[in-house]
Parts: sequence; structure tokens; C-alpha cells
Amino acid sequence: MYRRSLFGLAAALAVAGTSLFAQDMIKIGAIAPKTGPLAGGAVVTQWPNVRLWVEEVNARGGLDVGGEMKMLELIEYDDKTNPGEHIKLAQRLATQDKVDFVVAPYGTGFNIATAPIYGKFGYPMIAVSAITDKMEELTTRYPNLFFTLGTTTAFVDGVKEILIEQRDAGEIGNEIAMVNVADAFGIELADRARELFGEAGFDIVYDKSYPLGTPDLSPVMKGAKESGAKAFVAWSYPPDSFGLAEQAIIEDLDVKLYYSAVATSFPAFKGAYGNKINNVLGAGGTNVDNPAIAAYRKAHMDITGKVADYWASANTYASLQILEQAIVGAATLDREVVTQYIKDNSFETVMGELSFTNNFSNTFWSVGQWQDGVFRGVKGSNVIGAVPVRAKTGWSD
Amino acid sequence: MLDILVSGLLLSGTYALVAMGLNLQYGVARIMNLANGEVLVLGALAAFWLYTTAQISPILTVILVIPVAFIGNWLIYRFLLTPLVRRSKSQGALEVDSILATFGMSFIFIGIMVSIEGGFFFYKYLSEPISILGSTTSLNRLVAFLLAVLIAAALYIWLHYSRPGVAVRAVSVSTEASGLVGINVPRVSALTFALGGTITAVGGALISTFITLDASIGVVFTLKALIIVIMGGVGEIRGAIVAAIILGLVETGVATLVDPGLTLAAAYFIFVIILLFRPQGLFGRRAV
Amino acid sequence: MNPATVQELIWAGVLVALAAFWPMMSNGYWLGIGVDVMMYTALATSWMLFSGPTHYISLASAAFFGVGGFVVGSGMSDYDASFWSMLALSAVIGGVLAALIGLATLRLSGVYFVIFTLGLAEMIRNLVSWVQNNFLGSRGLYVLTEFTDAHLYWMLLLTAGCVYLLGWIISRSRLGFALRIIGGDETVARHVGINTAMAKVILFTTTGVFGAIVGAIIAPRWSYIEPNQVFSPQLSFFVVIMALLGGSGRLWGPVVGVIPFLLIWNWVDSNFPNQSILVLGVAFLVIVYFLPHGFVGRIEQLRARARGR
Repeated sequence: MYRRSLFGLAAALAVAGTSLFAQDMIKIGAIAPKTGPLAGGAVVTQWPNVRLWVEEVNARGGLDVGGEMKMLELIEYDDKTNPGEHIKLAQRLATQDKVDFVVAPYGTGFNIATAPIYGKFGYPMIAVSAITDKMEELTTRYPNLFFTLGTTTAFVDGVKEILIEQRDAGEIGNEIAMVNVADAFGIELADRARELFGEAGFDIVYDKSYPLGTPDLSPVMKGAKESGAKAFVAWSYPPDSFGLAEQAIIEDLDVKLYYSAVATSFPAFKGAYGNKINNVLGAGGTNVDNPAIAAYRKAHMDITGKVADYWASANTYASLQILEQAIVGAATLDREVVTQYIKDNSFETVMGELSFTNNFSNTFWSVGQWQDGVFRGVKGSNVIGAVPVRAKTGWSD
Repeated sequence: MLDILVSGLLLSGTYALVAMGLNLQYGVARIMNLANGEVLVLGALAAFWLYTTAQISPILTVILVIPVAFIGNWLIYRFLLTPLVRRSKSQGALEVDSILATFGMSFIFIGIMVSIEGGFFFYKYLSEPISILGSTTSLNRLVAFLLAVLIAAALYIWLHYSRPGVAVRAVSVSTEASGLVGINVPRVSALTFALGGTITAVGGALISTFITLDASIGVVFTLKALIIVIMGGVGEIRGAIVAAIILGLVETGVATLVDPGLTLAAAYFIFVIILLFRPQGLFGRRAV
Repeated sequence: MNPATVQELIWAGVLVALAAFWPMMSNGYWLGIGVDVMMYTALATSWMLFSGPTHYISLASAAFFGVGGFVVGSGMSDYDASFWSMLALSAVIGGVLAALIGLATLRLSGVYFVIFTLGLAEMIRNLVSWVQNNFLGSRGLYVLTEFTDAHLYWMLLLTAGCVYLLGWIISRSRLGFALRIIGGDETVARHVGINTAMAKVILFTTTGVFGAIVGAIIAPRWSYIEPNQVFSPQLSFFVVIMALLGGSGRLWGPVVGVIPFLLIWNWVDSNFPNQSILVLGVAFLVIVYFLPHGFVGRIEQLRARARGR
């Protein structure tokens, strides 16, 4: 009986000890879609990286905040891809859960919707999946908002450069077939592309949009084929990127340049089409030969069981690394100090050395290409390891 | 022109698969099943999961799905929907109740599916080009179309030439009168609901071979199915088929000749026009 | 639906006055919930204004809400218009749209009407997307204003109050009398010479006007307007469901449906963050099974029982 009560006392002390530590946790809030139209993308790009980061940091014993080791506590919510819902949950994180820091939302619209709320409470938002041309205006209004994936113009510029190169090399002519998904994302990009491609002397001979969720994209692909253009550009979302690729294969689209936007970089893209999609261009890119990236991809697979995508996954992880280093570097959980630290310093991440000028980090990949089973970066800003673009040579295995 | 015809008809096959099940559930069992799209996606999830983990062909999955979907839907009707049927004093009340209840069910299905697979069901099967009358299309769509024709034909024959089929059609006309002539209305309703759910799940497994679905996209298909069922006239298989054909051809025609951005707008426009001139749907009976 | 009493109006006035103090009492989170409550109350009450008397279930709420949001977004972002002018414009467009829809749907009844409104909302959604893509070519619709949640709350409270007041006035007018007869038996109504068509159209127009106003007011909150989000069909379903949960037959039914529903939703989100949608579905089913006539029905039942004693 003596032994039991001693044991009980020891256990009680141990519990009391760990709960003392537990009080010293850093609360991290994360809201992103787990259901709804954008869930498919968030589940690949956002959530695994959040989990990977939290688990890795805690496995190391937490973050060193001014000499004290503090573990991370993750509070996550499903916004169901609904702006009203997301706003409500953001307020919850700030006022009820009182989190110390937040992970920036997934999607341009959600970042903009929550910027005022998080701004009021001083949370730094290192946004990844937010692509806009209004960065200056937005960061002036919301000084806590940081952008890392480039502007709409930069996004389109990457494709434009490749088009010019391929035209100069004689692979394609002046004609482009361009399609876009009728969603804010696709509409913005197509609009910018019309301007920029036009300025570069290109002629968009087939220019159509299709509704989000179109079940049959064969008329679109047949139209593009009939236009005879040797370059095909699609500002598309995951389901249609896949659908368009399938149609291109079926129609044996005769192009030397094929680009589709989101999800082209997903591992499942290669999984579904094998070698047929060799030399297809897509949004994103990564330098798999870079040891930091390779280590990151391995850890991603080991801890989450999923393969990272070849675009925003690395950026999302990098944004969390920045947050981590800023907290450690500022040696405090004071958000104002940490936000200032982010503005003033440079960070060592899987994307290389990142720093912010006017809340904008200029290091990202914009275009990648599937080359022999690996999606390699071909165009980007301040990135190393870009490989030359290859022309598309048919759709057979 | 031929392209439009071929692609349009194949698309109709897809739409018919999506709508036939709901037509039975609403036309006979009087359940406005807003979870119809989720049942479709469940079938798709089964095909996706079995194909990517065990390389089981979706055609085989269809056969496996049939008994599971039948029993599952029958259980849903028997335990979740029968209480609503019993307590509703009018058809209007049952419609309202079934809308609310099936809406709740759709959320439950989404929650279950997301925990199995949160992302897109990325896979392709039979994605080979095939030429029909000079127009290229993919084999998987052709297979889905042929199976849709088969199911529709079998359903039509069963409904019009078999005893249980006649009972089902009687219930779709009037539940009271059917009860009076000795038809076991609750049993017929339950079995028809289960049958409808099975057709939907089979449809889902088939269309997943060429359409990339995910757990949350069910509502899009529910909306489409509702449009087709109402446009064709409730309870009429012929109506649903004709409506599916019209939609398939209109969408493909508009996409090719006008602008792909207007496909869905045009589809809904046709729907609206048809209802304006024929408020009971193409083959529907005027409300008594 | 009986004519609303003066007593009800006084109660409503008191509640509105009390509700106006909410922003002073609550912090950001509960104020945000308050904004949601007001938004859905305004939408559901204006829906009930039409559906209560006529027993027509409309799924067009998303169309009007979307019009409001889109007009504000496009006007302010692409044409540098002011918020107030766009608010007024959206109300007008919402009303005109609703009048057209109302005129078109006169011959429809029952589920055909329901799905018709749904199809219409979807058609508008796709049309607006296409127009935006091909003609407006906007670079994202940014609605960046100085409005705080408190401002939006009061604007929505005012809107909800106006809807209720309008409903109260109508129910005590000849139009309201006509509507009650239509709701009872439409054929009888027509035979006694009531212009059922006009009555339905007028009512439906009010739904459109208020739906658009609510959508316009919410646009600053979202800051970034995407047609596919703002025209989401899910909204139509939620409005109907909250109104039906409240129970038809009383104009204050929707309020009684909206508040518990949003509170339950909030509770589920907080306690089941990873399975919120599944638990929400279960909560739904529970409500449907145990509250067959909505909260109104249950309240009336309790009242009747209390009176019986």
C-alpha cells in the first residue's frame, strides 16, 4: 500500500510537472478547407505541411523562446470553403482560443477576407496560396500581410517568357489557344494574359472559358485543336487540369507547348497519365536536386504518408519555417516584435534564403515541366536550378 | 456537327446515370433526396479506392457496389425515412421533411467520405481514344453510355412488363389508390428507394473513370439530377432519359458552336423555358 | 397565417432596440456571430414573407444575395463607385430580377417551383461568371471599406427590422388577407376574384430586394468577391432550412430558427473541428426528427399545453 501511494504520488508529480510545461505551449491556429470545392487542393498542399511542421518542431522539443523550450499546440478548423464561415472561425481563433500565431489561409480570397481580422490582433500572415496584382495596396492597408508566391503578372510572365522562347526557337508560331476556368482565379489570369501575350505579339486564336465543374471538356479541346495553334495554355483548377489532359491525349492534340495551371504539379497527375504527359508545363516547379528540398520531400512522405506537390507545398513549408525562425529570433511571443522581425531579417528555408521587401518575398517558382517523371522548375524568380524547357512531342507513352 | 451528336449523346448517358436513381426515389417513394449526389460520390469513391489500392477494375467494382448500395439505401429508407413518411400528413409535408432530413444525411456522407479520402479521386480508367463515326471520344465514356442505355432499358422493361414493376408505377401515380388495391406501399417504396440509390451508386462508379470527383462535389450532381428529373416530369423514366438527352446535346452544342462558358447557363435556360411552357415537365402529369 | 397583432409589433420593436446594444456588449467573436444571425434573419424572414402565405419554397435566395454582392464588388472595384450607390443599385436590380422571376413562375406549383428557382439561380450564377470573364475582365473584385462588424451589424439589423415591419404591414392589409386565402386554397382565391398572380409577384419582389440588400451589405465583410462563392447554392438551402426549422406560419418563425441553428453550428465547429460537417449533419437529423413543425410548432404546442392546464 505504501508502494502504491508512493507510486501514485510520483505519478501525480509527473503529471503536475508536464502540465506546468503544457501551460507553456505556443498555440498555433490554422483554418483551411477540409470539405468544399477547395478542399481537394488544401488537402494536398496546406494541411500536410502544417502537420509536418508541428510534428517536426515538437519532435525537436519545441521552439526556443528566449531560453525556454515551448512546444507547439495546433488548433485547426474546417472552413468548408465558405468565406462567412472562415471569417467566423478566424475571429474565434483570435478572441476565444487566443492563439499566439496563425497559419495563413489557403486561397487568395480567404487571405484577403481575414487580413483585417488578423491585422487587428497583430497576427503576421505569411500568405502562400494568394496570387494578386494588388499587393502594394493590400500590404499598405494590412501591414501584417506578407506574400510569397508572386503576383498575377509574374504568374503569367513565366508562361509568356516560355512562349517567346519557343517561338524564337521555331517550335511554335504566333498563335495560342487559351482557355480558363470561369472562377476568379482563372478569370484574373486570363485577363492579364490577354494583355501580356498581346503585347508580345501573340495572337490568341481560341479564347474560351468554361464553368467550374464542367463534366465534358471535349468541345473545348476539339475547338483548341481545330484552331491549329501550336501552343495551348489553360488557366485551370485541379479537376479540369486533369480533364483537359485526358482530352488532349484522346484528341492527340498537336502542340509543341502545353500548359495547365493548378494541379499539373500534383504527383497524381503523373500517376494518372504516366509518360503521356511528358513535357507538359504547369504552375509551380521545384528543384528536386537541391538537398534541402530532397530532405524536405522525404520528411513529408515519412511523416504524412503523402507525396508533396511540386509547387506550393515547399513554399507553404518555407512560410512556416519563417514563422518559426522569427519567433526564435525575436525571442518572444509578442506578435508586433515578431512581425517586425519578419520584415527586417532573412531566413534559411527549403526554398533557399528568403527575405521580404515591402512585405513581398521575391523567391518562387512560376512554371515547371514534367521531364521524364519529375516535375522540374523551369521559370521562377530568384530560384536556382531552372532547367531548359523542352518542346512537347506527342501524347504517346 | 457529328462531333456534337456523338459527344452530346455520350454526355446524356452520364446525365441519365446521375438522374435515373433520383427519379425513382422521388417519383415513387416521394423522397426528395438531397443526398443523391453524395450516394453517387460514394460509388465513385469505391471505384477509386479499389482501383488505386487493389487494381480492381471499376467494371468489377460496379458489380460489388450493387448489393452494398441496395442494402445500404434500403436501411436508410427503413430506419431514417420511414418515420418521416409515417408522420407526414400530406405530400407537401413529406417533401419538406425529406428535404431537411436528406440534407442532414448529405453532410454525414461528406464527413464520412472526407475521413476516407480528403482529396480528389485522381485516376483514369479506359482512357483510350476511340473513333465513332469519325468522331474521337474516350472509351470510358462510351462504356458508361452503353451501361446507361442498358440500365434504362432494363428499368423500362421491368416497370412496364413485370408485376412488381406495375406495382411501382401504380405507387408513383397515387399512393392512396395503390394502397386501396392491396399494394404494400411501404414495401414498394423502400425497395424502389433502394433500387434508385443502387443505380446512382453504380452511375457514380462509372463516371468516376472519366470525371475527377471529390468528397464535396456531390451537391453539383444533386442539382443536375434535380433539374433533369423535374424537366422530364416526375416519376417518368422516359422523361428523365429525354431530358438527359436534351441537356447533353444542348450543352455540347453550345460549347462547340457558341461558347463553352455558357454551357451550364444554356442548360438551365432550356430547363426554365420548358417549365414555362409545360409546367409539369415534359412527360409529367398535371398535378391533381 | 393569422394577421400579426399590434402586440407582436411592439415585441418586435423592443427586441430590435435591445439587439442594437449587442455590439457594445460583445467582443469580436460574438459580434461576428451576431452579424451572421442578422444576415440569416433578414434573409430567412424575407423568404418567409413570400413562402409563409403562399407555401412556395423558393431556392432563389442565393441569386439575390449574389446579385447584391456582385454589384457592390464590381461597382466598387471596376468602376470606383461608392458603396451606397451600389447598395441602392443592387436593391433595384434584385427587385427587377425577382419581379421577372415571379411573373415567369406563376403557372408552377409545388416542387416544380422549388427546382425552377434553383435552376434559375444556377443560370444566373453561370451567366454572371461568363459576363465577368468576357466583358468585365476584372482583376478580382476587391471591396475594401472602413466598415467594421458593428456597422454591418446595425445595417443588417435595420434591414431585418424593415423586413419584419413590411411583413407586419402586409399581413394586416388587404394584400395579406388575399394571401391567406391563396395559401388556404388557391383555386378558391382565384374564384373570389383575387388577383393571385399580382399578389405573388409583389411578394416575391420584396424577397428579391431584401436578398440583394443583404448580399450588398455582406460584401465589405468578405473583402474579395468571387461569383462562385457569392452565388453559392448552399446559401439558398441554408436560408430555407433555417426558416423551416423555425417553423412556418409565423413571421417571427425564422428568428427562432436562425439563432438556435447558428448556435448549434457554432458549438459543433468548436467541439468537433475535424468532423464538424458530419456532426452538423447528425444535429440536423436530430432536429428534424424531434421538431416536426420547427421551433414554432414546438412553442405553440407548449403554449397550447400551458393554456390547457
